[in-house]
Amino acid sequence: MSRLLQAIFGRLPIGWLQLTHNRTRFAAALAGVAFANVLVFVQLGIMNSMGAATLRPYEFFQADIMISAGDSNAMTDGGNVARQWLLQAMADPDVTDGMGLFLANVAWDRGEKDISLSTFGVDPVKPGFINPAIAGDLALLEVQDATILDRLARGLTKEEAAGVRPQTPLAFEAQGRTLVAYTTFAGGGGFGGDGYMFVSDQTFLSLFPARSSAAPDHILLKLRPGANVEAAIARLGRLISDPSLRIRSFAQAAQDDLTYQQTRRPTGIIFGFGVLIGVLVGLVIVYQVLSTDVADHLREYATFKAMGYGPGFFLGVVFEEALVLGIMGFIPGLIVGTGILSLMGKITTLPLGMSVSMAVSVFIGTVVFSALSGAIATRRLAAADPADLF
Amino acid sequence: MDSKNILEASGLNHWFGTGDARKQALFDVNLTLRRGSFTVLMGPSGSGKTTVLTLVGCLRAVQDGQVTLLEQQLNGASEAELVALRRRLGFIFQAHNLHESLTATQNVVMGLQMHRGVSDAQAQHAAVHALGLVGLSDRVVYMPGNLSGGQKQRVAVARALVGNPALVLADEPTAALDKDSAAEVVDLLKRMGAARGTTTLLVTHDNRILDRADRILTLEDGRIVRIEDRG
Repeated sequence: MSRLLQAIFGRLPIGWLQLTHNRTRFAAALAGVAFANVLVFVQLGIMNSMGAATLRPYEFFQADIMISAGDSNAMTDGGNVARQWLLQAMADPDVTDGMGLFLANVAWDRGEKDISLSTFGVDPVKPGFINPAIAGDLALLEVQDATILDRLARGLTKEEAAGVRPQTPLAFEAQGRTLVAYTTFAGGGGFGGDGYMFVSDQTFLSLFPARSSAAPDHILLKLRPGANVEAAIARLGRLISDPSLRIRSFAQAAQDDLTYQQTRRPTGIIFGFGVLIGVLVGLVIVYQVLSTDVADHLREYATFKAMGYGPGFFLGVVFEEALVLGIMGFIPGLIVGTGILSLMGKITTLPLGMSVSMAVSVFIGTVVFSALSGAIATRRLAAADPADLF
Repeated sequence: MDSKNILEASGLNHWFGTGDARKQALFDVNLTLRRGSFTVLMGPSGSGKTTVLTLVGCLRAVQDGQVTLLEQQLNGASEAELVALRRRLGFIFQAHNLHESLTATQNVVMGLQMHRGVSDAQAQHAAVHALGLVGLSDRVVYMPGNLSGGQKQRVAVARALVGNPALVLADEPTAALDKDSAAEVVDLLKRMGAARGTTTLLVTHDNRILDRADRILTLEDGRIVRIEDRG
């Protein structure tokens, strides 16, 4: 390592030699940087997981345009939309089909602990609006009280999920009714529920008698192939005489939902602050280590100043130390962070895990912030006055 | 400037502090060092020896008077010029000031590394050679913590001399050493300096080493009160 650094810097790797001279302190410093990395990884992992969980329900559908109530910031909130606008939208020459989407949480009564399922009420004869992985089974929902169940739902055992087939359906109690799951799909737990479930719009209205078939949560539209989505949205805006409605491309609705969850919902803001705190903790740890190291070697630095070493040399040494700490602290941080995220993902069934982009961005952040800490720590070098050596 | 002299200082006055606390440390000091000479600057504590050393060593700005070192005026010299001049000097400190994280060889390499154009291999070779000259061939990979006081000071001598400096400034290099070690270090400094044509200015109040000096300057209360030529 020493030779490698000497080749890189073209001088004795003073920073490396200083750091490794006291191995206990070096190990403690690396542990500190690794700890900060783990903090950032966990918070980022949760934040990314929230993003993935937010976008997950959008992946179950295929649509070009979504019409939502004006106060709808996310797929799961906001008021209803009058079905009449679906009929009105069908008047547009580019709109080929439309479907009302109903959405609510259903509590599966399991005795000690219920499973909360984000439930979509859809038209079972319109598979074109549903992800092909699910659409093939959509006809099963034509039977009253039939469901397609999320096999990755939290609280559902693998054995239970594996046994759900059209030949061996699973009956269960929810909302005071007996529902029957005929098949499953891969959903996954989210922040708003333990999993997902598809039912027909008629079954949905049976589960929620207060809801009306005339007022779905969202309206999904499909356009003819090659149609200009933005132009269609503009025309629909003129066609539909309720200016409070949000008419957006389906992709834009998903992006708006994500932005809303990350920047305006308390959970997103809390996890964002968690990342910030992790970064600040790392910054303080690296600064403390470097600053103590500079203070401990002030006499040696003053000696080098007397010998004719310029400011660039000292900056280089402190940056060298910052890079060593940042890079070597990152490796155990990555390993532990990956382990913790994997464990949390298994326990919560949330899409938690280490990604290459996350590892790369945290690595770059670690190096940049370590260098920043080093830059702050070099201010203490000014105290190294060679005239004081005599 | 006389070409035989490496340093000429005239009318040197220096003060510390400001306002009512301002105190004059040097009074009209005149000093010349002949090229290749071994000069001892003596005097009691607080007489101004260290102040002279820091001024001559380009570590403090000249406030009043003229100092010409290596044919360059120190008055008004920029920081970059002073740093460049310091690279042509060798420093030996009372507390040796070796870097505890570096081996003896690496400490000596630091005496060369600030010079451009010296490769790693050349620096390493020169450092090991210098350590051999000070009798530490068998200690080249030792850390300072594993060397005796005399050995550390010999490493400091090797570090000061490895870059072939024009002038070596040594501040009480024998203060912490026993009689034998002190004599050994001073003899080494004088012998190696003579071999390389290096000028040495050694500050001390150690009477044991006076017989090695070519010239002895005595400083009292900031004034040179005696000059004794022995060379």
